[in-house]
Amino acid sequence: MVSLQLQDLGARVGGRQILSGITTPPLTGGNLVALLGPNAAGKSTLFRRIFGLARGGGQVNIQGATSARPIAYMPQDNGGRPVLSVYESVLLARMQGGRLKVGPEDHAKVAHVLAMLNITDLRARSVGDLSGGQRQMVGAAQALVQDPQILLMDEPTSALDLSRQLDLMALLRRLTRDRDLLIVVAMHDLGHALRHADQAMVIDRGGLVACGPTSEVVVPSLLRQVFGVETRIECCSAGLPQLIVDGRADESCLCRAVAV
Amino acid sequence: MSSDAVAVQGRDFYASMVLRRQLILLALAAAVFLSLCTDLALGPARYSLGQVVEALLWPGSVDEQARVILWEIRMPVALMALVVGASLSVAGMQMQTILNNPLASPFTLGISAGAGFGAALALAFGVALFPLAAEYIIPVNAFLMAMLTSLAIYALSLRQGVNNETIILLGIALVFIFNALMSLIQFFASQQAVAAVVFWTMGSLTKATWPKLWILLAILVAATPLLMRRGWALTAMRLGDAKAESMGVNLRALRLEVLLIVSLLASVSVSFVGTIGFIGLVGPHIARMLLGEDQRFLLPGSALAGALILSVGSVLSKTIIPGTVIPIGIVTAIAGIPFFLYLILSRRVSSW
Repeated sequence: MVSLQLQDLGARVGGRQILSGITTPPLTGGNLVALLGPNAAGKSTLFRRIFGLARGGGQVNIQGATSARPIAYMPQDNGGRPVLSVYESVLLARMQGGRLKVGPEDHAKVAHVLAMLNITDLRARSVGDLSGGQRQMVGAAQALVQDPQILLMDEPTSALDLSRQLDLMALLRRLTRDRDLLIVVAMHDLGHALRHADQAMVIDRGGLVACGPTSEVVVPSLLRQVFGVETRIECCSAGLPQLIVDGRADESCLCRAVAV
Repeated sequence: MSSDAVAVQGRDFYASMVLRRQLILLALAAAVFLSLCTDLALGPARYSLGQVVEALLWPGSVDEQARVILWEIRMPVALMALVVGASLSVAGMQMQTILNNPLASPFTLGISAGAGFGAALALAFGVALFPLAAEYIIPVNAFLMAMLTSLAIYALSLRQGVNNETIILLGIALVFIFNALMSLIQFFASQQAVAAVVFWTMGSLTKATWPKLWILLAILVAATPLLMRRGWALTAMRLGDAKAESMGVNLRALRLEVLLIVSLLASVSVSFVGTIGFIGLVGPHIARMLLGEDQRFLLPGSALAGALILSVGSVLSKTIIPGTVIPIGIVTAIAGIPFFLYLILSRRVSSW
């Protein structure tokens, strides 16, 4: 089974130290890991560093890789206007580094991934004409079609409607179970993390704050420390943990500022 | 629906798209051949298309005079139009791809202007930038200046804060600098030299010879598989840098490799035939509209579109004023401007 371990990992971008000293226990296949942290905490940079697009100290240790490229990375959508059809752009991700000729197994893989994400109907549409949510599904397809063992996804649900969010998270969870995939998802929705992720990794200002089972990491004291919010965790009717946000931890400061 | 049925459906969808593109390529190739034959038929001695095709396929069957005119006089010029058109179009297409900018071309990046300056140095003062090749002093000068310009563009593109739009601005700046330097040369040069410089900058195929043609063809033939090998990576670049990187494309290495290859294509073309604008801009855009972004079709499509435009330009340059061959650079520019305007005003460009 594949495992990913970060050891004293740092990252520099444009001469600025963005991440430093990130050490995690081995994250193993079969787990869905939520990567949490405030804006500009370094989540995207961490992905880029793991994938090899950013430089810095420390090591990314991968054990049990069965291919030369075990990691796939789905970046945040940059809002450009790509002019390829959905089918072509997913096939394109599949064919990188390979032969020029497209084989039947490549078509089978693309068709399978499109069906899995429920976007087969979009295959002839130009990616540039899709909505933000549809584009995120295409992005997920582009990552999945590469048959990765480790999948890094940067806010894949940010533009999806609620039902698609649940669908995608359920699908990712199923993939981790069925195929022993390790999926790391950067997200802002702490409720999703609590409901779907096996493990959570929290970073703040370029350093690791916590990494471990979600129920031990996503707790009110940590959320107060990192996000500055007062929260409670209660169970919904289905027995799943729910995050209830009571407000900002420093609300009193805000009131004082208004009074002045 | 079973997963097999879904896969078959996807494959059929893709196969029909591929077939359509192959047919378009075939039609372009046929148009190029037709234009080549027309180009060969036209001139002081006129031949019918039938005679031309006969002379092409069975050179022994036509009389000696027709063979000499078609094969030795007109053929190098007509083929030069195809090879130069294809080279400039492919160069422009890849510049647009790696800079992700629809306005990139050998012309707008200053490569043609650089070549013009190098040629003017040789034409006006006999300055050889590379002293070994006395016979080829004008094309060698033009080539060296064009390559220097490409490398300058590349070096500037690596600086922080330089994006794909600023590179075009840098290119335009280079065009102005080289044009000013050319004017300076003309100011000090003899009248005869001024005429030579002006004629060179108009672009002309009439000085085409078999050796020049072979050199250009060799470069085009060598460059095509090198670019084709990078087909998937280059197509991925059209999805934006972040996406291409996430697919494992090494952007820096690919940009340098492709820029060097296409600079060579553009520089050698321009140094042999002078400044021929718009092919490198218009050829790729036509190919993109017809064939989409997949480099496996776009690359041959751009080559064919460029070859077709310049070949048709060559036909026009002979027919507009019977008995006079107007320099082809003028013809392509005048025909290119309306298309260029259409490109700017139409929705197509906004899809960039």
